Amino acid sequence: MAGSNPNAKPMNLTLKVWRQRNRNTAGSIVDYQVKDISPDMSFLEMLDVLNEDLLRQGEEPVAFDHDCREGICGSCNLFINGRAHGPEAGTTTCQLHMRKFSDGDTITIEPWRSAAFPVNKDLSVDRSAFDRIIQAGGYISINTGGTPDANEIPIPKDIADRAFEAATCIACGACVASCKNSSAMLFVSAKVSQLALLPQGHVERKTRVENMVAQMDKEGFGACSNIGSCAAECPVGISLENIAIMNREYINAKATSNNLA
Amino acid sequence: MILDSKIPEGPLAEKWDKHKFNVKLVNPANKRKYDVIIVGTGLAGASAAASLAELGYNVKAFTYHDSPRRAHSIAAQGGINAAKNYQNDGDSVYRLFYDTIKGGDYRAREANVYRLAQVSVNIIDQCVAQGVPFAREYGGLLANRSFGGAQVSRTFYARGQTGQQLLLGAYSALSRQVAYGKVKLYTRSEMLDLVVVDGQARGIITRNLITGEIEQHAAHAVVLATGGYGNVFYLSTNAKYCNATAAWRAHKKGAFFANPCFTQIHPTCIPVSGDYQSKLTLMSESLRNDGRVWVPASKETAERLRKGEIRVSDIKEEDRDYFLERKYPAFGNLVPRDVASRNAKQMCDEGRGVGGSGLAVFLDFADVIKRNGAEWVSQKYGNLFDMYAKITGENPYEQPMRIYPAVHYTMGGLWVDYNLQTTIPGLYATGECNFSDHGANRLGASALMQGLADGYFVIPYTIGDYLAQTAPKPVTTEHPAFKEAEAEVHARVQKLMSINGTRTPADFHKALGHIMWEYCGMARNAEGLQHAKAEIQKLRREFWSDLKLTGTDQEMNQMLESAGRVADFLELGELMIDDAYNRNESCGGHFREEYQTPEGEALRDDENFTYVAAWQFNGENQPEILNKEELRFENVKLTQRSYK
Ligand SMILES: Cc1cc2nc3c(=O)[nH]c(=O)nc-3n(C[C@H](O)[C@H](O)[C@H](O)COP(=O)(O)OP(=O)(O)OC[C@H]3O[C@@H](n4cnc5c(N)ncnc54)[C@H](O)[C@@H]3O)c2cc1C
Ligand code: SF4
Ligand code: FES
Repeated sequence: MAGSNPNAKPMNLTLKVWRQRNRNTAGSIVDYQVKDISPDMSFLEMLDVLNEDLLRQGEEPVAFDHDCREGICGSCNLFINGRAHGPEAGTTTCQLHMRKFSDGDTITIEPWRSAAFPVNKDLSVDRSAFDRIIQAGGYISINTGGTPDANEIPIPKDIADRAFEAATCIACGACVASCKNSSAMLFVSAKVSQLALLPQGHVERKTRVENMVAQMDKEGFGACSNIGSCAAECPVGISLENIAIMNREYINAKATSNNLA
Repeated sequence: MILDSKIPEGPLAEKWDKHKFNVKLVNPANKRKYDVIIVGTGLAGASAAASLAELGYNVKAFTYHDSPRRAHSIAAQGGINAAKNYQNDGDSVYRLFYDTIKGGDYRAREANVYRLAQVSVNIIDQCVAQGVPFAREYGGLLANRSFGGAQVSRTFYARGQTGQQLLLGAYSALSRQVAYGKVKLYTRSEMLDLVVVDGQARGIITRNLITGEIEQHAAHAVVLATGGYGNVFYLSTNAKYCNATAAWRAHKKGAFFANPCFTQIHPTCIPVSGDYQSKLTLMSESLRNDGRVWVPASKETAERLRKGEIRVSDIKEEDRDYFLERKYPAFGNLVPRDVASRNAKQMCDEGRGVGGSGLAVFLDFADVIKRNGAEWVSQKYGNLFDMYAKITGENPYEQPMRIYPAVHYTMGGLWVDYNLQTTIPGLYATGECNFSDHGANRLGASALMQGLADGYFVIPYTIGDYLAQTAPKPVTTEHPAFKEAEAEVHARVQKLMSINGTRTPADFHKALGHIMWEYCGMARNAEGLQHAKAEIQKLRREFWSDLKLTGTDQEMNQMLESAGRVADFLELGELMIDDAYNRNESCGGHFREEYQTPEGEALRDDENFTYVAAWQFNGENQPEILNKEELRFENVKLTQRSYK
């Protein structure tokens, strides 16, 4: 079956792929050739082709994380030619398409590298540190039921829109992978500022930021040195403004702390 | 077996309140003595886990994802319905109830749907209190949009990412309970079997997807919130990992499966571009407001276009067939989903499809761009146009989009009574995993509503009723049923690993998808279904003799995971075919070619098929037993849906 563009030429590529059996063994780069790759394929479909070939030849396919393949679940996380999610700005790995590459290219594919994201196998890493940071305070402490009518809390549209922008983080971890300090500031600040912007989040704003930052440090993420590579590589455009908001929240919380922990 | 749906007595509007009063309660001090297992952390699972933990129960929550936040619910775009009537446009609980029953082509239970409409209003309050950033008007109040099948504006949304924002809300509530120690979270952990002790659900068997370890888990009750099974077709708008294993394993342990053939096919998705295609992407239905659907009038023109000998712009106006406008002058491009889907397929079957594969039709915006300008179109549909361009590499402002129908949602699922309990006492099913509320066709923006209704506002009451009647004694995995179930799971994994054939799991999955799509997709007929049944049985035999896997089961092995899911799809697919064959009528998403009006519309048979088909497992390779739950309509009158 031909692709949507009958004139698109299939490509042959060399892949340099990180292979690692599990968390406790050392890994290395292994070379593979893939042939007849359609420019209309997504990057992950190209890896599917590689994996089907490997399996048929009796070899072990390359493990990698993915699910929605629509840029929204945050599962996919490949470091492609030295960049988180590859060469196209504002794009997750699953939405990257092979037409961004050329016949004969060599493509290096590695996992996120951060002490806080240990490798499970090959290209799959453990990002549960993100969950633990949210568990430390990334919520509004209300139970199900007994909430006021939704329209009893009017929220100015611009505030609601900014909170929404911050809330679109997909927890992929590209910010961490792109930062030379492995800092998780962009991820953490997106949640802190979403909830700090909204009136519903004001009650707990001090304890929230303190607890989330404490957990972030505990997980082994590095400090922020304001270089901004995180925001540059974030596939959904989480802005550096959030880090500024979080710093403000943090200083304010520390100055007037009511955190008993 | 007589199926008791346990619908409370009394007038429709009072049933739920009465029932809430009549259910037994677990005293607050005793709640911590009960353990509940929840499989799935999408909207339905995360909301239930958080709510039950808040009440004091001990919850164990399982997901095969690396985080609860990655469940397929995250991908829902359009919005969530609720009968708030904030727009003062005549909405009410009764109207939402009525629209949903009618949209489902009168194949859903009145009492369940009414309750859904009732609690819909609480969902929005809950989510806003959690900090879900819904769209707002300049005055600061919540905004609404309209959706198909409704004449009022009752859909709440967060740009095109409503599912994401709702799931993150439920995930935050769940995370809070994890921090309190009331929920124990098991990620990358796949349920592979249900454990039934003395006729009651008492636990599950899981596989740790990182270490390969098989584990036993016990509880006083089990909730399955494991999503839909659209991926039986291989290609669908569902996430890659969506699968039927949890529901199917429970089915084989005694839970009836209801209306498996009711699947929804969405007309506007980006078409398949090649054999390597791994999933399909939805293009919102709203595009049909301004786009015109067409194919070349002749087969020859279509063929030259496919070969690249001519371009779209070379096709003159009189050589284009705007087939929806031609066949349905009253509705034009805005005919209902099923009609639009079937017609697109028919054009392609006639050889007039476009794109490299010939399995696509055009959705053309040239007229509206000429009329209102590209800027206007971009304001309205910009994000969709961008997504289309990213995936196809084509500019939809300059050339028409290519679209084709794709599998989107499954209305069928585990049979549950009014309490959301399956036919196995102590086993509950919520969200897309059950069959309860959408009949033969789901309306847009109603799945998110149902998942959250089940989890936040229904299960917390109904599961209490069951637990109150269960002794608060600690549960353990000591009963031999655990060992047996674990041994079965082990044997199955070993069997998959040792076949040592030549074909990959994806190879079989694609072959199955092809059969299902051809014979049990948009249009079905008795002959085709019988043929498909034989084909699936053959494919299943091939699977168990020619599957190839590598590596071991004692480590992360994604191909092994996939093989287990495909094995279950190969069985479920056959049941879908049996169900479609049995239902000698057309209704909602189920279109049997033999049963249509002279104009080609779906022809229901209310006299003989106003029932839920609940299938009962009857042993390996044995025909399943059909149980019928008659549907009684006391409040709405059954009418033939008209498209004209
Ligand atoms: C592209 C798209 C757009 C949509 N847009 C809308 C919309 O706008 N409005 C609307 O109302 N509906 C929409 N829907 C439908 C809606 O998103 C789904 O029906 C709904 O989110 C399903 O929620 P759920 O909680 O039942 O299941 P899911 O969100 O699918 O969650 C299933 C959970 O179960 C877990 N699981 C499954 N099996 C196992 C197992 N064996 N072991 C362990 N864990 C398991 C998974 O890890 C996951 O956590 C859309 C669907 C699609 C595909
Ligand atoms: S801030 Fe951006 S890069 Fe970081 S996790 Fe969120 S979406 Fe990914
Ligand atoms: S696979 Fe979901 S974001 Fe890429």
